[in-house]
Amino acid sequence: MRKLKNIFFVLIFSVIVLNSSNSAEKSPPFLETKWTFKGLFGKFDRASLQRGYQVYTEVCASCHSMKYLTYRNLAEKGGPEFSEAEAKAIAASFEVTDGPDSTGEMFVRPAKLSDKFVMPYANEQEAKAANGGAYPPDMSVLVKARKGGADYIYSLLLGYSEPPEGVELDDGVYYNKYMYGNKIKMPAPLSDDLIEYTDGTKATAEQMSKDVTNFLMWSAEPHLEQRHKTGFRVIAYLIILTVLVYFTMKKIWSRVEPKV
Amino acid sequence: MSNHEYTPSSKFGKWFNDRLPLLTLANHLTDYPTPKNLNYWWTFGGILTFCLITQIVTGLVLAMHYIAHADMAFSSVEHIMRDVNYGWLLRYVHANGASMFFLAVYIHIFRSLFYGSYKSPREIIWILGIIIYLLMMAAAFMGYVLPWGQMSFWGATVITNLFSAIPLVGESITTWLWGGYSVDNPTLTRFFTLHYLIPFLILGLVVLHIWALHVPGNNNPVGIDIKKPSKDTVPFHPYIVIKDAFALLMFCIVFALFVFYQPNILGHADNYIEADPLVTPAHIVPEWYLLPFYAILRSVPDKLMGVVAMLSAILILAALPWLDTSKVRSAVFRPLFRQFYWILVADVLILGYVGAMPAEGLYLLIARVATAYYFAHFLIILPVLGWKEKTTPLPLSITEPVLGGSPNLAAARSDEKIEKTIK
Repeated sequence: MRKLKNIFFVLIFSVIVLNSSNSAEKSPPFLETKWTFKGLFGKFDRASLQRGYQVYTEVCASCHSMKYLTYRNLAEKGGPEFSEAEAKAIAASFEVTDGPDSTGEMFVRPAKLSDKFVMPYANEQEAKAANGGAYPPDMSVLVKARKGGADYIYSLLLGYSEPPEGVELDDGVYYNKYMYGNKIKMPAPLSDDLIEYTDGTKATAEQMSKDVTNFLMWSAEPHLEQRHKTGFRVIAYLIILTVLVYFTMKKIWSRVEPKV
Repeated sequence: MSNHEYTPSSKFGKWFNDRLPLLTLANHLTDYPTPKNLNYWWTFGGILTFCLITQIVTGLVLAMHYIAHADMAFSSVEHIMRDVNYGWLLRYVHANGASMFFLAVYIHIFRSLFYGSYKSPREIIWILGIIIYLLMMAAAFMGYVLPWGQMSFWGATVITNLFSAIPLVGESITTWLWGGYSVDNPTLTRFFTLHYLIPFLILGLVVLHIWALHVPGNNNPVGIDIKKPSKDTVPFHPYIVIKDAFALLMFCIVFALFVFYQPNILGHADNYIEADPLVTPAHIVPEWYLLPFYAILRSVPDKLMGVVAMLSAILILAALPWLDTSKVRSAVFRPLFRQFYWILVADVLILGYVGAMPAEGLYLLIARVATAYYFAHFLIILPVLGWKEKTTPLPLSITEPVLGGSPNLAAARSDEKIEKTIK
């Protein structure tokens, strides 16, 4: 029997070793940064979300859509929390095609709070044609659609470098050490002072990456704050109830035998 | 199982009960004599019932907002997550609920394996359980297809393609299942219909499962029959009810941790990418609870034989009551079986692990060895063990678990009280 046990441990051990040696071949560990939305009481950094929206709209939005977001979301609780007037102004700066009107014609009007985020391209084909055949993915749930989530997106944005010796890159292909296969068709999107933050924060590449990743995390999980808040209450309630039920159980079972 | 006749106290109650004995049933369920030595591994039956009801209730509300159409399914799920009141909660409870359901069912099954609960006279309970488990897998698989993400689509493609391995009619069957020549809108709508139907089939089978349980009564950790109900058992209510409630609450805390703090950790990131028939994901993997069977499927080089092996791995469980030839139920008194039991647990965990890894090199080798061992456990080890193994002596009764142990006076005295209350 001892022998069997040993075989069992050897098997488990070899699987662990196998796993660690395998993960060593994968992309380097993600860049570290502090996210306010993590943890038991994790909340979004409101100012960072607002700056993140600015990065999105001034940089990313020229290629990436966010088709599941609505302009009203920008003013909703738990998000960037722009004032309603600000959100209305943001919406009004975009144009949408509406209609048909009473004469049967389509018409163009400024966007309203109830409109979805205006997309940069009319369709996937147009997006591909404009980007060398690569489709810039919709960013509404992008953070959840990538292994590593926010850490991955943040690292990817800062992961551009010259290709190491021996790596040949085609035209329009860039080297990124966090990208799957290290080849990416998106040129490095952020550089220091690319935009000017309205709140005066210095727009370093790190700052912008962090802000826009925060924004993308919110867009993927718009109810994250409510989830954390509800979760804490639910679990606190369950723990109290469990303790009470435990003592009730002890009392009831004490009639049967000393131990349950 | 209580031997005394139940008569309702009120006149109306008696009139009603003579026509439909619901009150007799309720009385049976409260008085149901349960072995007093059940440990916490026995609380998972109640937990599973809770899981099933949770899935049905949340699923019902989700179905009110979900649109089963290839072009709209993904965005309707996002609509649920963003705009439906507490839609995020409903969906995360439902999605993680499936994982919790399987976690509980695996504990339930392995408890049964350890304590020999599948043995005579409980074979029918066990087989009903296997059918429930099969239906659970079907329901979970089809449910995973509904969000119409990349993993939904490609998982559906891989699994439905398995049917094409059947000789002669395989291709036609696959086309018939798809409702076309690939996984597409007709596949999605029929999966939705079946995903809605199966839980109610499971519910019906659960009723039979419990009914079949209430005929011989529960097995117990020492695995011997009840000698004297008044001494060895407690009425289901309040003793088992409160204990089940306590265990269920503990389970719910774990459940809540997943739902509120790691709602996506058990899923696959690729499923937040909308299905694209033109782009195949790098690794197509099923949900964690199907991984051991996926590993078995891939460990056989031939497609048809792989499918046969995977199905046999589940169906072999149905024959377990006859493959295990030992008359002793509980592993507590089977020193050799106990060792092999834990090796089987490790074997299944290893299969699950390699199921998540690419089927190549060392992983494939491990998968093959583990698959072979899995079948050897049931087909060779168990039948031989029952014949060769020297079991340790069984106690005389549940109340006297240790042979020759001194009688517990306090317990004996309270037994008398219970005897009175039962009568």
